[in-house]
Amino acid sequence: MDILQQAQQELARFHTRRHFLKKCTAGLGSIALGSLLGCHSSPAQDALLSLTQPDNPLQLKAPHFSPKAKRVIFLHMAGAPSQLELFDYKPELQKLDGQRCPPSFLEGKRFAFLKGVPNMLGPQATFRQHGDSGATISNYFTHFPEMVDEVTFLKAMHTDEFNHAPAQLLMHAGSPRLGRPSMGAWVVYGLGSENQDLPGFVVLVSTSDPSAGKSVWGSGFLPTVYQGVQCRSKGEPVLYLSNPGQVDPAMRKKSIDIINEINQKEYEEVGDPEILSRISQYELAFRMQASVPDVMNINDEPAWIHEMYGTEPGKNSFANNCLLARRLVEKGVRFVQLFDRRWDTHGVGANNGVDQALQEACTQIDKPITALLKDLKQRGLLEETLVIWGGEFGRTPMMETRASANFKGRDHHSEAFTMWMAGGGIKKGFTFGETDELGYYGIKDRVHVHDLQATILHQLGLNHEALTYTFQGREFRLTDVHGKVVKDILA
Amino acid sequence: MKIHRHLWIIITCLSITLGILIFFGLFQEEKISYNQEIRPIFNAKCITCHGGVKKSGGFSLLFREEALDTTESGQPAIIPGHANESELMRRVRHHDPEMRMPLEAEPLSEKEIDLLRTWINQGALWEDHWAYIPPHENIPVPPTDQPGWAQNDIDPFVYARLQEKGLQPAPEAEKDVLLRRVSLDLTGLPPTWEERQQFLQDPAPDAYEKVVDRLLASPRFGEHWAAMWLDLARYADTKGYEKDLGRSIWQYRDWVIHAFNKDMPFDQFTMEQLAGDLLPHPTADQYIATAFHRNTIANDEGGTDDEEFRIAAVLDRVSTTWEVWQGTTMACVQCHSHPYDPIRHEEFYQAFAFFNNTQDRDIYNEQPKLFTYAEENEEQVATLINWIEDRLKTPPSNSSETLLHDHRNKLLYQLGYRKVEAEEFDKSSRFIELTPPDQESVWQIQDSSWILFRKVDLTDIEAISYRYASPYSGRIQVRLDSASGPVISQTRISHTGKPESEEAWSQWNTKKVSITPTAGVHDVYFTFGIDRHYTSDLFRLDWIFYHEKHPGWTSRGNHFQEQVMKLEQVPAIETPIMRERPPAEKRKTQVFTRGNWLTPGEEVVPSVPASTGSLPAASTPYNRLDLARWLVSPENPLTARVIVNRFWEKIFGFGLVETVEDFGTQGTPPSHPQLLDWLAVQFRDTHQWSVKKLLKQIVMSATYRQASHTTPEKLAQDPRNEWLSRGPRIRLSAEQIRDQALAVSGLLSSKMYGPSVRPPQPESVGDWGTSPGEDQYRRALYTFWHRTNPYPSFITFDSPGRNVCVSRRIRTNTPLQALVLLNDTVYFEAAQVLAEKMQAFDSESVTQRLREGYRMVMLREPSEEKLKSLEKLYQAAIQHYQQPTKPNSIAKPVSTRIKTTQVEVKDHTSPEFLALTLVANALLNVDEFITKN
Repeated sequence: MDILQQAQQELARFHTRRHFLKKCTAGLGSIALGSLLGCHSSPAQDALLSLTQPDNPLQLKAPHFSPKAKRVIFLHMAGAPSQLELFDYKPELQKLDGQRCPPSFLEGKRFAFLKGVPNMLGPQATFRQHGDSGATISNYFTHFPEMVDEVTFLKAMHTDEFNHAPAQLLMHAGSPRLGRPSMGAWVVYGLGSENQDLPGFVVLVSTSDPSAGKSVWGSGFLPTVYQGVQCRSKGEPVLYLSNPGQVDPAMRKKSIDIINEINQKEYEEVGDPEILSRISQYELAFRMQASVPDVMNINDEPAWIHEMYGTEPGKNSFANNCLLARRLVEKGVRFVQLFDRRWDTHGVGANNGVDQALQEACTQIDKPITALLKDLKQRGLLEETLVIWGGEFGRTPMMETRASANFKGRDHHSEAFTMWMAGGGIKKGFTFGETDELGYYGIKDRVHVHDLQATILHQLGLNHEALTYTFQGREFRLTDVHGKVVKDILA
Repeated sequence: MKIHRHLWIIITCLSITLGILIFFGLFQEEKISYNQEIRPIFNAKCITCHGGVKKSGGFSLLFREEALDTTESGQPAIIPGHANESELMRRVRHHDPEMRMPLEAEPLSEKEIDLLRTWINQGALWEDHWAYIPPHENIPVPPTDQPGWAQNDIDPFVYARLQEKGLQPAPEAEKDVLLRRVSLDLTGLPPTWEERQQFLQDPAPDAYEKVVDRLLASPRFGEHWAAMWLDLARYADTKGYEKDLGRSIWQYRDWVIHAFNKDMPFDQFTMEQLAGDLLPHPTADQYIATAFHRNTIANDEGGTDDEEFRIAAVLDRVSTTWEVWQGTTMACVQCHSHPYDPIRHEEFYQAFAFFNNTQDRDIYNEQPKLFTYAEENEEQVATLINWIEDRLKTPPSNSSETLLHDHRNKLLYQLGYRKVEAEEFDKSSRFIELTPPDQESVWQIQDSSWILFRKVDLTDIEAISYRYASPYSGRIQVRLDSASGPVISQTRISHTGKPESEEAWSQWNTKKVSITPTAGVHDVYFTFGIDRHYTSDLFRLDWIFYHEKHPGWTSRGNHFQEQVMKLEQVPAIETPIMRERPPAEKRKTQVFTRGNWLTPGEEVVPSVPASTGSLPAASTPYNRLDLARWLVSPENPLTARVIVNRFWEKIFGFGLVETVEDFGTQGTPPSHPQLLDWLAVQFRDTHQWSVKKLLKQIVMSATYRQASHTTPEKLAQDPRNEWLSRGPRIRLSAEQIRDQALAVSGLLSSKMYGPSVRPPQPESVGDWGTSPGEDQYRRALYTFWHRTNPYPSFITFDSPGRNVCVSRRIRTNTPLQALVLLNDTVYFEAAQVLAEKMQAFDSESVTQRLREGYRMVMLREPSEEKLKSLEKLYQAAIQHYQQPTKPNSIAKPVSTRIKTTQVEVKDHTSPEFLALTLVANALLNVDEFITKN
């Protein structure tokens, strides 16, 4: 942008701001909560406000083209679940169980822990076809098969990284190195937020933070306003949300009134339009103090919903987070990211194999993910909500005998893994991609992580090549210089 | 030159397109400037397809020789002197939209086409980009017709621009506003009330200058400016990625503070950080300075390829060096020639070659490191060394070791006290980790793992001792020269505590094992294997001790032995540093095809991008020191400009070049090119790279001292204060906001330096071992910087993650910031302390107390209106808190950590105290508090 353009834009921005202030806060003496709240109390009015307040970085922005999905729920299974026990059934691998790995699989390949010539490990689960689509699902899931006809399986996913942190960064920020914005940050940067009382990008973590830490929901070089806001179902729902000491909501409201009154006087004195922005941020902070605990409080859900998800209020669980995800998208939160870290099944101990331990992990998510899809569907939300499930890479068909042959483990594997997507304009009851008979390589319709990202953005109405931000002299984008939309899976 | 300047000014002018037309009408015969007329057209309309990445049709406009070269059509597109025969002219005017350039875009305007034609007819001459032409050494200060305004030579430059824009400067800011501004700008902290009174009452004409000098001399100065530099240095206290273990590198942070405080000239500052290890006889401080480039992120995750992450670190060092000193964006050149700037793909790897020969290689223990001692320990070590050496017949020579720790090592070795920390191995197999969090022992996580120590003299060694802990059992073998080499010693390690119990990990045993007599120097491998148990971890190893047959340290009696052991046990502080590999092990640097390290291409040697100059001829290959010297040489066109602009940006909120990180063709052109160049030359030549002198010059200017008030008219003309028609009004940084709240409440600790501290975090973030006492109230820059889990309130106020170099923090204005200031215990505690002070103020009048509160926080008198607002809040709160307590579900308990102040407040639950707390809390939230006015 040249200086001329920039200046004109700034000027326009200044005038609209003044206009906004005049129109909406007739009596500025009483700029208090009411007056600004009165300006927008419904999502439609929020959108209107954004138009008159173009300096708001979370204002609704037009997508590049008509979107199929408005919101995203990304269920990330940190640690990387084994595709070979869950979705990618390989009877041939069963036959080779315990035999030496063919050298062709090892030449020129880099693994995290495998060494020498390992043995093959047959699938530890049993498989059956389900639904009209006949999707093959393992016996580790008992509920999820009910929903397979809503889902597209991507069976030949692949990535470039075979260590957790870089692979998670690649999955969520498009690059294995630290410092890039995450997908949710890009999406909110591109589309803004539908609900101005809640963050546009919310993160929910069960167990502990993923390997790559909070960087997988960071804003990188984008302004920090786009970073994911971690909400908690236990304790303070958002950091710093609760009033301290004996400050209660009534006193908090009064004090924000006064803060803004003083800010208003300051504005009259010095004329800096930034102060007006600060006034509206304090209004919003107060609204968040009510709206966030409200949306995070699942006590008011009926018993049958709790039963369906397997939720227990006040607990930090994946089930609770699934229910919260639904509540958040219902309120117009743009991007909800769940992290669940219990999937790194190397078999380095009894509680760490692809047999019992993995089955147990599946039990923890089976009911909640099924309930989430059902619930979204019954509320008519699934149509415009894109749900994605998967880990950061897959696991090897070879057995990792780091500790003992008694523990069934698989090493990290970047060449092939399964993810699934549902809703948001994705085909129902569809399987895309195929791996070889051992589940080692994708042999048909491979989808790279960057392709997945391009597809997610595409469903949201964003062209992944056009959603860019200039940093260090370069126009960066989520998909780096790669990525192709996977058209074949679009409904 | 003069005409060019006018040209430039007119083009950037906001309103007079007409003026440009007239101008071209009048100066048709004038020489067309490539930089001012042609480059902008190429950059905006052509270069994305005809540049560094894509050379559509075999045609590129990046370099003249490329532009005049034959294209795919077999003809050159530009024939100098012959516009009509040039394909370029034909294509920009083509009637067929398939042929017309730019493709699928608006055609060029008639004016642009005319410019191109004239330029080609005049010979199609190229010019270097403005930033690659060194600034003139004698730029005259423009004459000014308003002699009363200017305070120094910065002002006429600014005034000239204001006049061109039809703007007038603002009057000088009120004294107390100015004092707070300059205090925050130079030291990051507000003044005290006493300092304010003193300044207001000082009638001397140089009262302000005295204040500036006092601030420049304050130790707080270095702490403030270090924060800026640490963003560039991507300083953090952890390594990043999955494990994100601690890194002991705080001595580098202290070095930066100290360098700013003692006003180390910037050229020296540069050389020590980039190549301190290559200076003659480097001091410990000069080694510590090189930690600048050891702040790169490192990956300790199991199963990672160390070479991959070593290369990632070197790539980052190249990008960071060029961003920090050259305002040049090298990151894109990693994969291909620069799309916009004249930097070729191989030139990135020539730059890479400077940094590719250091010893560090992403291993756990972060070698190479420098070991130093805290002041009190240093003395003890020196005393012990002297005592021991006094008793030896042939003490090791003092002169060869400049570093105390090296001296100590040499002495201990000579005495046969050969203890080696297990974690200081030279190399290890994949299944070795260092035990978190202190990383002071080796942890075998899998069978058949090993650690290697290079070049160990085994002559006369008869046994080896190990210190280890384990709930399991296993064995250690010592092998020579390879992990499968001959075994010279073997031992079984059995569990140290209850078998398979957690507590066994902290029960350490020592075991002595004899070895096969072995002569000479060897690479020694310690290999670890399982015994009976199958487990993912075997045991932990703390240290190894080589027993000599006749060690010197045991032959002089018990007291002597004790002194030797004491010497060995004095704790050292470690800091990762840069060290060059010896010439024999020099790494070869190759171009990475498309940036991928697994596909190396042609070999290159160290050099700098040709478009920005060249290194002086030398007989030996260039190294980092040559690079550092070149960066601060008068021949370098960029460094002085880039650095001056960085300081300017911190003071005024925007740089003279707004894109402080990019002085290339895609960056914004300077708003005041003459001022930028003049100031750069002042900094380099007149001030001899003195940062304090530069900053003094800036803050002494009338430009800086202007009031920041504005009017709708001024905002319309100069919305972002680009033309400096008023003083800066900028929200404070994350660090400043916290420090200020602690300062005005009197909680701030003035303790300097040392390991990073952990102030309280919100409970839901988890326990991070909150520091006790005073360390909770240290300045923000001492806060432990945890890369994957950074201090949340700093990130909310736009701190970067410190994973990569960040030149500019983008200021945002969000509701989460409001929540931090309203509710974070740090700010609430400050409010409580302020309330105590207000309550203790010697007056019965509430108004007086509130006035006193406002004064303490804002360092100025409140307006009557603002005071009334505070009173309203106070009265409402008093009434509220006098009512019987209502159940309140979301309130947290009152902070119990109120620091004992000199003030006596008996009742922390009285309505008065609660109301005053609420008022103080509001004061810490108003815009004027978190803004530099």
